[in-house]
Amino acid sequence: MKVLKWIIGLILFATFFFFNFLIYEGALLLKLINVILFSSLLVLIRVILGPTAADRIVAVDILGILIIGLTALLSIYYSESFFIDVGLIWALLSLIATLAFSKVLEGRQLDD
Amino acid sequence: MTDTIGIILICLGVAFDFFGVLGLIRLPDVYNRLQAATKCVTFGSMGILLGVIVMQGFTSFGFKAIIGILFIVLAAPTAAHAVSRAAHRSGIPLAKISIVDKYEEDKELKTESVQKEIEV
Amino acid sequence: METKTKSRIIVFVFALVVWFALTDIKDYQEALIGIAISMLISFLTGHFLIANVASQHLIKRTFHFLLYIIRFIWEMIIANLEVAYLVIHPMLPIKPGIVKIKTKLTKDSAITVLANSITLTPGTLTVDINRNKGELYIHWINVKSKDIDQATKEIGERFEKTLTEVYE
Repeated sequence: MKVLKWIIGLILFATFFFFNFLIYEGALLLKLINVILFSSLLVLIRVILGPTAADRIVAVDILGILIIGLTALLSIYYSESFFIDVGLIWALLSLIATLAFSKVLEGRQLDD
Repeated sequence: MTDTIGIILICLGVAFDFFGVLGLIRLPDVYNRLQAATKCVTFGSMGILLGVIVMQGFTSFGFKAIIGILFIVLAAPTAAHAVSRAAHRSGIPLAKISIVDKYEEDKELKTESVQKEIEV
Repeated sequence: METKTKSRIIVFVFALVVWFALTDIKDYQEALIGIAISMLISFLTGHFLIANVASQHLIKRTFHFLLYIIRFIWEMIIANLEVAYLVIHPMLPIKPGIVKIKTKLTKDSAITVLANSITLTPGTLTVDINRNKGELYIHWINVKSKDIDQATKEIGERFEKTLTEVYE
């Protein structure tokens, strides 16, 4: 079972890196953006698989921090500074959502 | 010159982001996942924003990136702390390979003190 | 001068600086709006920032704070290399557990900074704080000792010395 998981994962990563860095012809920044989008996909796998609620909360929180990096790369690529604003607001909302979810998980009231 | 340094920092940041997400996938329980993911993804996003600052200089562009770094450094550990405490209090166990759990041993004592606080 | 007023003035100046840095000012209207908004912010939330203004040893404390930041960045780089090594390793050589450490810090802000920097440094994550006893519960990814004194020496003392100089 463990070996099977290893083989699936290695094939997935190898395919992605092969297509991204050898086949795809774009600027370096676009390739890096693709890596972050692939990481977001992996985070979504954890959201779907995660055995407990806490795993899903962690994954959503991490997605919020990844998005800041993604928007920073986009803003460099397009030379527009307002993308970083989008990332900041996204991370702020994700922090508030994480705190609220963890309070609910703990079984306390939200105004505690 | 600054462009090269910035691109190197951004590449390092993306690599650490990827390692953090890999840890989120591979490690066995919530607490370990939280450790790897919080550290690596925070450091990676900080690296990307630092690269943005180096490439753009101290314009309004770079200043937004500085605010982003401060925000990440303050927010990520707080969220990690809240989630781990909530997970432990709602009864999610540690992975089987764990060797010690002092928090579980002190739990009865802790619930009493919490009830006392609520009464006051 | 009262502490609250001092705190409000500091918040006003800070908000104004942030406004001027974020907007490329082109005419006087934007500057006026910035001043108005900064006054509103400092009036509404200014008194939360500083509870008591301690003006003694300000230069020494700032120096120690800079020292602390350098130390923190170094530990953070080490932490990330360690976690990257763990994640790539095929066998996942981890030995996790929750241990307890002691701290001598008493102020809220000092304990918060200590807990946050423990979370961002090698292999450790703050789970809970018992403020009455001055104890922290730490999830450690690679437990080296279960003993409370030994764990304190391994985890807490890296930052505690500098933080004591900064806050007390």
